[in-house]
Amino acid sequence: MMSGSVPPPLTTSRHRALGLTDYEYELIVEHLGCDPGEVELAMLSLMWSEHCAYKHSRRLLSRLPTSGPHVLLGPGENAGAVDVGGGLAVAFKVESHNHPSAVEPFQGAATGVGGILRDVFAVGARPIAVLDSLRFGEPAISERSLYLLERAVAGIGHYGNSIGVPTVGGEIYFEQSYEQNCLVNAMCLGLAPRERLIRSAAAGPGNVLMLLGALTGRDGIGGASVLASAELGEEDEAKRPSVQIGDPFSEKKLLECCLELLDRDLLTSLQDLGAAGLTSAASEMASKGAVGIDVDVSRVPLRERGMEPFEIMISESQERMLCVVEPERVAAVMDVCERWEVLATPIGSVTSEDRLRVLHHGTVVADLPVHVLVDDCPLYDLEPIQPAIEAYPAPTPLLRGGETPAQTLLALLRSPNICSRRPVFEQYDAIVQSRTVRRPDEADAAVLALPDGSALAVSIDGNGRRVACDPRRGAAEAVYECAANLACVGAEPLGLTNCLNFGNPEKPHVAWQLSEAVDGLAEACGALGIPVVGGNVSLYNEAPGGPIFPTPVVGIVGKLPDASRVGRLGFRDEGDAIALVGEFEPSLAGSELGKLLGRPLRGPLPPVKANAVRDAREAVRDGIRTEALKNAHDISEGGVAVALAECCVAGGIGARVQLPADLELFAEALGCAYIVSGAEEAVARIGTVIGRVGGSELEIEGQLNVALSDLGEARARGLVEFV
Amino acid sequence: MKFGVIRFPGSCDDVDALQAAQRVGGAVLLWHADRDLQGVDAVIVPGGFSYGDYLRAGAIARFAPVMEEVAEFAREGGLVLGVCNGFQVLCEAGLLPGALLPNVSLKFVFRQVELEVTNADTPFTRACARGERLSIPVKHTTGRYYAPPDQLDWLEAEDRVLLRYASGHNPNGSLRDIAGVCNEAGNVFGLMPHPEHAVDALTGSTDGLKIFESIRADVADRGLLRVASSPAVR
Repeated sequence: MMSGSVPPPLTTSRHRALGLTDYEYELIVEHLGCDPGEVELAMLSLMWSEHCAYKHSRRLLSRLPTSGPHVLLGPGENAGAVDVGGGLAVAFKVESHNHPSAVEPFQGAATGVGGILRDVFAVGARPIAVLDSLRFGEPAISERSLYLLERAVAGIGHYGNSIGVPTVGGEIYFEQSYEQNCLVNAMCLGLAPRERLIRSAAAGPGNVLMLLGALTGRDGIGGASVLASAELGEEDEAKRPSVQIGDPFSEKKLLECCLELLDRDLLTSLQDLGAAGLTSAASEMASKGAVGIDVDVSRVPLRERGMEPFEIMISESQERMLCVVEPERVAAVMDVCERWEVLATPIGSVTSEDRLRVLHHGTVVADLPVHVLVDDCPLYDLEPIQPAIEAYPAPTPLLRGGETPAQTLLALLRSPNICSRRPVFEQYDAIVQSRTVRRPDEADAAVLALPDGSALAVSIDGNGRRVACDPRRGAAEAVYECAANLACVGAEPLGLTNCLNFGNPEKPHVAWQLSEAVDGLAEACGALGIPVVGGNVSLYNEAPGGPIFPTPVVGIVGKLPDASRVGRLGFRDEGDAIALVGEFEPSLAGSELGKLLGRPLRGPLPPVKANAVRDAREAVRDGIRTEALKNAHDISEGGVAVALAECCVAGGIGARVQLPADLELFAEALGCAYIVSGAEEAVARIGTVIGRVGGSELEIEGQLNVALSDLGEARARGLVEFV
Repeated sequence: MKFGVIRFPGSCDDVDALQAAQRVGGAVLLWHADRDLQGVDAVIVPGGFSYGDYLRAGAIARFAPVMEEVAEFAREGGLVLGVCNGFQVLCEAGLLPGALLPNVSLKFVFRQVELEVTNADTPFTRACARGERLSIPVKHTTGRYYAPPDQLDWLEAEDRVLLRYASGHNPNGSLRDIAGVCNEAGNVFGLMPHPEHAVDALTGSTDGLKIFESIRADVADRGLLRVASSPAVR
C-alpha cells in the first residue's frame, strides 16, 4: 500500500503504546488490507484518539438539540455560529486545555486561549471576547492549586491581553476533586459579516494547500512520544516538553493576515491546526470536502532540523493555519502574508481521490483513505451504572453549624467559590476593541455592543459539585443558570456551546454521570429552545484519588435589542422596591453552605418547573429591556441571602427585606429565581415584593443585619490572599 | 483635522484610538513600515504589544520606519500622543523623558482610575481644568513611571507632568503618581491610561474625549495662526 522506503515491521506493543486497543488495530488492518506504516500509524493513533474521534461521547452528543432559527454553523465546524441580525454572525466555541495546564499552567492556559481564538477566526470571524472557566483544588490547603491558579490566570492574561481580545467574563470554582486535574476551559466569540463565514471543507482538485504561520517544531508531540523515543528513532533525541509554547504576537499577525485574506476573498477554505496538527487539519478538510489531499512534509518550514515525517504530521506547534487556495491566487496570498510578516508556504494540493497522502522528498510515506482517518474509528456505547453510594468523599467541614445567620453569610461571602473575582479579572484587559458595555462584576453576563445599537450578551457557567450530587439536574441547572444570567442583562439566548469535563468514561459510574449530564443538558436546552452549536469533550480527568467532579461547562450567547438598556447587578436608588421573581424550592443539597458544613455530596437537587423557569426568565428579560427594572440578579450559590448581599455591595447601598417564611436563607436552586428592584408597581407585576433598597446595611428581618462595609470586605477579601 | 494612528504588528488599541479620534475629527491608520504620515495634523502611537514586546516594551517599535517620520514630525512641532505602549515607545525613542518599568505588582492590571489634571495649559489638556478629575481606565504590565529624582524635580518645575493618578489610584507604583508627561517643547505627550477607552458613556466614561478635543482645538488654532501668518493672506 506504500511505495518508497519500507518502514520497519511493527510490533503489537507499538499500537498499544500509542493508545490504540488491539481491536482498533485489527480494525485498521482490516480497513487498509495491510499493516499501517510508521507515519500512518502515528496519524491513525491520533485521529482515532478520544480527543479527535469522540469515540466515547459522539453517540451521546447526538441527544443534544442542534437546530434553531438563528443557527448558521452547527457542530462539526471549527466553531458554531448564529445569526445576530444586521448582516452579522457570531461564531463561538468553548474548548478545554486541562491536561497541558496541569503540567505547565502558564503555557497550558495561554495556548488554550490561542487555540480557541484560532477556531473562531478559522471560520472567518474576528475574535471579540474571551471567557474562561477554571477549576482548581482548595486554595486554602493546596500550594499546588495556588500555583496553578496564579500561573493559569497569568497565562490567560498574557495571551488574551497581548493579542487584543478582551477577556470579559468567566468563572472559577475550587474543589478538592480538581486537586490533581485542574480544568482550564476557554471560550471565544467572534464577529463576522454573515457572508464572510467560511467553512473548512477543502474543494477543487488542483487547488493549492498552503500552511500559514509559525514554524513547525517538535512541541506537542506528547501522545505519540513513544515514536520520538530512542527505541524507535535512529537518533538519540532528548525528549522535548510536550506542552506547546504560545506566541500571541505570531497569532496576532496570523489573525490579522487571515482576516485580510478573507476580506479579499482569496481563500477557498480555512482550518486551524490544533490537536494532531497537520494530520487532523488536512484529513478534516479533505473529509468535509469529499476530496483528497497530498501533503509534502519536506516543504513544511521547520523550527528544528532532523524532524521525521511523522513528527511533522503530528506536531502541535501553535499559531499555524491551513488553507486551500486557487492556483492563480497564490501570489496574492503570498503578498498579504508578506505584509503581515506571516510565513506562507504551499505544501500540497487538493486531489480528487479519497486519500490523504504524505510525501517526503518525492517518496510517499503515508497513503490512507480519508474516511478511515476521519469516519472509521469505532464508536463505543457507554456502560453506565449509577453508583450505590456517593462517588466522592464529603468535604472537610469549615463551619460547625452553630453560627448565626450573619456569621454564615459572611463566611459564604468569603468562600473562594463565591467571593469577588476582582484579583483575577483585574489581570485581564476587558475593554479592548471598545465594545464592552458591562465589565466583570457589573452584571451577571458580559455585554458587548454591536454596530447597529443592539448588543450581545454572554455567560459561562457550570457547578461541578452540584452535578456530582445529581448529574441530570445539575447539568440542566447549568443551562438554566447561564440563561438566567443573560436574562439579567435583558438578553435572549441564541445558541449554546459546552465543554464536557469528565473522568474516565470506561468506568461505569463516570459513564453514568456523562450520560445523565448529557440528558440534563438536552432537557434544559429543549425546554428553553436553545440550540447547541458546538462544543468539546475532555475525558479521562482522573488521578489516583478518583475522577474530577463531572463538570459540564455551558456558554450561552444571546442578544438584546438596545445596548443602552442593559441590566446591572447592583441596587441603585434609595426607596426602590425589591422583589423576588420565579418559583423555586431551594435546598441545601449540593450547596455552598452544605460544603462549608461538610455535608455529603448527595442529591437530589430541587426539581425544576420548566414553564416557571421560562416565565420568570422572560419577565426579567423584558423588565430590563423596558427599564422597568433597575437591577436584576439571579439567585445562585449561597442562596437568596448571598444574592441580596451581592446586589447591595455592587450598588453600594443597603436593603431591608422580609423573606417568605419557608425560604431558607442559604438554600440553593440555580437559574430559577431572581432578585430585582425598581418602582413598586413595576416589580410587583412580575414578582413578590420583599422589601426596599436603602441605608447602609443589609437587614433580613428576624434573621440578620450586617453593615454594607462588612459585606463588601468579606466578599473582597476571599481571593486576595491567594492571587 | 486629521489624526494618524500608527499600526505596528502587535498594536491592539489602534482601532480604538482611530474610532476615538474620529469622534472629534478625521483619522487614518498609518502602517509601521511606511515612511509616510499622509499629511496628518497629529499622530497617535497607540496601545498594544508592538512586535510582541518580548524584548522590552517599545524597544523594537522605536526602530520602525514610520518612527523616523514621527520623530521628524515632532521636531517640527507636530502633536504626538502616545498611549500606554505608545508612551513606552516614545520613551524608548527618546521623544519623552523617563522610562516605564514593570508594575510593582509585577502583574497586568486593568482598572478604572481617577486622574488629576495637573497642567491644563497644554495642547493635550486645554479642554480640561487644572485640578479636574478624569475617570479613565489603565491596562498594562509595564506602566510604573520612572525618572531620576533630579529629572522628576525638573519635570515638575517645568510643569510637564500633565496628569497624575489621584490619591489612592496609582495602579502601578509610578513615582510621584505620574500618569502622563510631555516633552520640553510641549508637543509630545505620553500617558499610561487609555483616553481612547473613555469616549462613550455606554462603554465607560467620556472623560478621555477631552484629550482628543484638546488636540483638535489646538490644531485648529495652529491652522488659524498659520493662515494669519501666511504671506498670501497678509
